[in-house]
Amino acid sequence: MSPAEAHDVLLEVEGYSVAFKTPRGLARVVDDVSFSLERGHTLGIVGESGSGKSVLNRSLMGLISSNRQVESGSASFDGEQMVGRDRQPFWGARIGMIFQDPMTSLNPVMKVNRQIFEPLKLHLGLTGDAARVRAIELLTKVGIPEPARRLDQYPHELSGGMRQRVMIAIALAGEPELLIADEPTTALDVTVQKYILDLLSDLQSDTGMSMILITHDLGVARGRTDDIMVMYGGRVMEFAPTAELFERMQHPYSEALMQSIPRLDQPKHTRLTPISGAPPDPVDPPPGCRFSPRCRYAQARCVEELPQPRGKYVASTHVWSCFFPVASEEGRSALAANSETGRSAAGLAVAPADRTVDP
Amino acid sequence: MSRDEGAVIAAERDVQVDHAEGTVEVKRLGIGFWLSIAWIVLIITLAILAPWLPLKDPDQNFVDIQGKGRPPYSPSGDHWLGTDQDARDMFSRIIFGARVSLVVGFSAVAFGFVVGGTIGLIGGFVKGVFDKLTSFVMLVLLSFPALILAILITSLMERSLFTIALTLGILSIAPVSRLARSASLVFAEREFVTAARAMGAKPSHIMIRELLPNVLIPMSALALLGTAVAIVAEGGLAFLGLSVEKGSTWGKLILIGSDSRTLENAPWVSFGPVVALFLTVMALNYAGDRLRDYFDVRELAL
Repeated sequence: MSPAEAHDVLLEVEGYSVAFKTPRGLARVVDDVSFSLERGHTLGIVGESGSGKSVLNRSLMGLISSNRQVESGSASFDGEQMVGRDRQPFWGARIGMIFQDPMTSLNPVMKVNRQIFEPLKLHLGLTGDAARVRAIELLTKVGIPEPARRLDQYPHELSGGMRQRVMIAIALAGEPELLIADEPTTALDVTVQKYILDLLSDLQSDTGMSMILITHDLGVARGRTDDIMVMYGGRVMEFAPTAELFERMQHPYSEALMQSIPRLDQPKHTRLTPISGAPPDPVDPPPGCRFSPRCRYAQARCVEELPQPRGKYVASTHVWSCFFPVASEEGRSALAANSETGRSAAGLAVAPADRTVDP
Repeated sequence: MSRDEGAVIAAERDVQVDHAEGTVEVKRLGIGFWLSIAWIVLIITLAILAPWLPLKDPDQNFVDIQGKGRPPYSPSGDHWLGTDQDARDMFSRIIFGARVSLVVGFSAVAFGFVVGGTIGLIGGFVKGVFDKLTSFVMLVLLSFPALILAILITSLMERSLFTIALTLGILSIAPVSRLARSASLVFAEREFVTAARAMGAKPSHIMIRELLPNVLIPMSALALLGTAVAIVAEGGLAFLGLSVEKGSTWGKLILIGSDSRTLENAPWVSFGPVVALFLTVMALNYAGDRLRDYFDVRELAL
């Protein structure tokens, strides 16, 4: 029995790469990414800016309209191959999408009602009163007070959180099987962020749809996802069930991401550990591991050789691509060796053991 | 969101929404804008209602050799703006002349907007070969001397109202198309267009429902400016004897009073229509400018 039958896989991506032709050469923004998403599950894609997480999803959706884009690999949605096809049939009806900034993703000159009626008419054939009733239902579902009044307002009359709720309602109108939320709370106030994230989780469990939650915050993904994929420099660093990831984090990059975010259970005044340096140049990436120049564990091998993922990216497996995983003997001795010399193999200053914070 | 509402609306009205900015000055159209609009409305109303207003017949010769001698007669209670050399009442001729001038101005712009606007909107959205081709055609149109083209068309075809309006309309296609294209390019990159695509909207739908209303805003400002240009252009054609054959236009009225002897002895003959033309063009320009400021069209690089 193949894994696809064992689990009810909705989206299966294999060896998926996206590159852009630039004057300097080919920019590999997404490089050999594989993952799978089960029906009804939530996948968190985590990485810093420039890690390729947004491009991955927009490109999968076929929303990048650039003739410089080069797409390769395979991605099948419910058994249907998406790569190399017109993806319009998937839009709205099967895959919904929410964007980062609700300020710009609603048309400023159209009232809310017209923007929400459109997918209802398009995908469900609802018009007139039926559409209005359904629209009010949707707005109620996403927690908008006085939905009937909101329908006749323009986007600028709504707050950021309200607008993002409207966006969610529009994305849900076509009753999609998969909802892609691309940093849905980045542009919102911190107080509103939690409501929107909780709302998404609730809607996901109510409707049974699958969800991809893109974020740069591991803390956001924790507790709201079934699996987490950590991306860096366009490649998958680590893929694991959420609980497993936090218990047995293997990749130094995941660990670094974790340490760069403040946590409530840490003692007060704990210094955060920033990840020094910048993401790799997609045109001319480092020959070895993409993260090696910024990695405290880096050894000579990391700089020369590209680590391949261990295991297959199937839901509920733990896969990582690193020669010296954090939670292994190799990793510990690599870090210890680097601490002793004060430098990693790539030349990064590594503080002596136990004093990982202060230089 | 704890931003005050005025700032939100002002930022929203900006073509380039800058929501990071908290203190956006609320722009106003100002009294000058409304005075301009009032004049335009007045002139249009008079022009439309001309046949029913108690005006003197614009073609009647009020010759009064015994009382006043030879025409032209200077302005008086009888003839508010005087008469021309044929003793025809200037006031009534200016109002009837407005009918032709305004029709030419507005229909030329309407034609240019429908054709040029459509081409620009599609070009900016679909890009590719269509955009390259139409952009090149517009470049050729812009580089072709406008006056030569106008003379060419008007000398080949009969000089009816339709021909004159069409000529000026063709001339306005290129600048209008450029503006529509640049606005369309800008808005096509905006997130709400991507959102509409992700929602499943078809390209035609995105163009008509999402892009068009946004593109119309900067274009409405250009429409007023374009009308002014078309009215002046008609005056220019009249001077070359290439304006509408039948009926009077402001351009033709000015021409009648523009020989040096009349200018010296009876300046009111050309002065009346010149003032009417000047005020109308200025009102259109000013209102268009204010609208352009208001909607911040400059960002679209006219």
